[in-house]
Amino acid sequence: MARAVLNQADISRALTRISHEILESNRGSSNLVILGIPTRGVYLARRIAETIARIESHVDAPPAGALDVTMYRDDLTRTRTRTPQPTELPPGGIDGKTVVLVDDVLYSGRTIRAAFDALSDLGRARAVRLAVLVDRGHREFPIRADFVGKNLPSSARERVNVRLHEIDGDDAVTIDEGEE
Amino acid sequence: MRHLLSTRELSREEAIELLDIAEDMAAVQEREVKKLPTLRGKTVVNLFFEDSTRTRISFEAAAKRLSADVINFSAKGSSVSKGESLKDTAQTLQAMGADGVVIRHHASGAPFTLATSGWIDAGVVNAGDGTHEHPTQALLDAFTMRRRLHGAASRGRGLDGVRVVIVGDVLHSRVARSNVWLLATLGAEVELVAPPTLVPVDTSTWPAVVGYDLDAALRRAPDVVMMLRIQAERMHAAFFPNSREYARTWGLDDARFDALPPSTMVMHPGPMNRGLEIAARAADSQQSTVREQVANGVSVRMAALYLLMSGDRGEA
Repeated sequence: MARAVLNQADISRALTRISHEILESNRGSSNLVILGIPTRGVYLARRIAETIARIESHVDAPPAGALDVTMYRDDLTRTRTRTPQPTELPPGGIDGKTVVLVDDVLYSGRTIRAAFDALSDLGRARAVRLAVLVDRGHREFPIRADFVGKNLPSSARERVNVRLHEIDGDDAVTIDEGEE
Repeated sequence: MRHLLSTRELSREEAIELLDIAEDMAAVQEREVKKLPTLRGKTVVNLFFEDSTRTRISFEAAAKRLSADVINFSAKGSSVSKGESLKDTAQTLQAMGADGVVIRHHASGAPFTLATSGWIDAGVVNAGDGTHEHPTQALLDAFTMRRRLHGAASRGRGLDGVRVVIVGDVLHSRVARSNVWLLATLGAEVELVAPPTLVPVDTSTWPAVVGYDLDAALRRAPDVVMMLRIQAERMHAAFFPNSREYARTWGLDDARFDALPPSTMVMHPGPMNRGLEIAARAADSQQSTVREQVANGVSVRMAALYLLMSGDRGEA
């Protein structure tokens, strides 16, 4: 049975707060690149970039893009074959930029570890930050997020589902009792 | 995907998935760091019983850009020339720990035997077997057509309604066979044009139309004209009187090329016999995709190796 954790307004408020926190820690929006990790991270990254543009109305929106990490994963021979998604970098690339990685759920940290490898093949960012909508714990790597929408203590059995209106039709975060 | 042996066995979804992954691989080829760590620690053996520099280096580049180790095994000067059987060769590769085997063989069906005999656990890619199939060539041809037609919007698309004319030695051509099956699966309309002596006896089960008049086929303004190589090494009988007559009747010469609409793609799997099946002007024109085909070959083969060698191989 799915239990609702965040509704549409909660998600919107969390993304607005994350956008403010990014601006605060970066002291403005200069040199920012917001990169989402497919699939849902890409849409969250776009929303954060749009929110930043609304907050800092006197400057251009920071460029948003997509960073696919499939080919850098450490479990490629352990699960079924994954289909990669496109990586889309803004025209200026990432050299010398502050890159904010955006993902929907932070769990083991393995996706983010793969993202570091993927990023270093694309250039040398000045700094890399991490923003996630949900942090559900159970880390397997020494990785933590700089900007968190919601800390959601969960059991490893449970499933956290993030739904975004761009692909799922509505905005919601729910948690399922997984099967044993 | 466990093996890639023929395009006939590919579903439309599988073919489009492979082409979409090849798009991602092509994007990697445009970066400064052209290498992915995906197949690190894996071994790919290029097992070539027939000479082929182009296909072998394309597979070698593809495997290396995915960080796999590559072992090149060519039959000349190897244990095969001392009389070793395919089975013993395969078991040698198995003992060396090959994860993927790219095989080219003069006998049709050799890759299928290798894949299904139980001699090896590795994924097998058919890089051309006899006069049977050459699936990665057809996939790179389809990829090239899709990119020329749809550009950045290629992902997820087939080749529905695209009219392709394949000209030349269909009888001996594994490229033609692989293309016929794949292009039909992707929704294209294929017409084969060849001298009657170079058409297989029975093509009634092929999803293609067979014609004998090149000028008539070109007058219908196809989207793609694919010229096949006249393979001198396979011309063991009098299939046509002489090469000059072949060029005049079946070659894409200057006059035929000039009559084509500027949007028609001219393709050739290479290596080209300039002046025989294709005139230099057609081969070097803007409409020619010959060089793109070579570049795309690496991307398509990276996608094939990725699909074969990632994933839990136990479950396939």
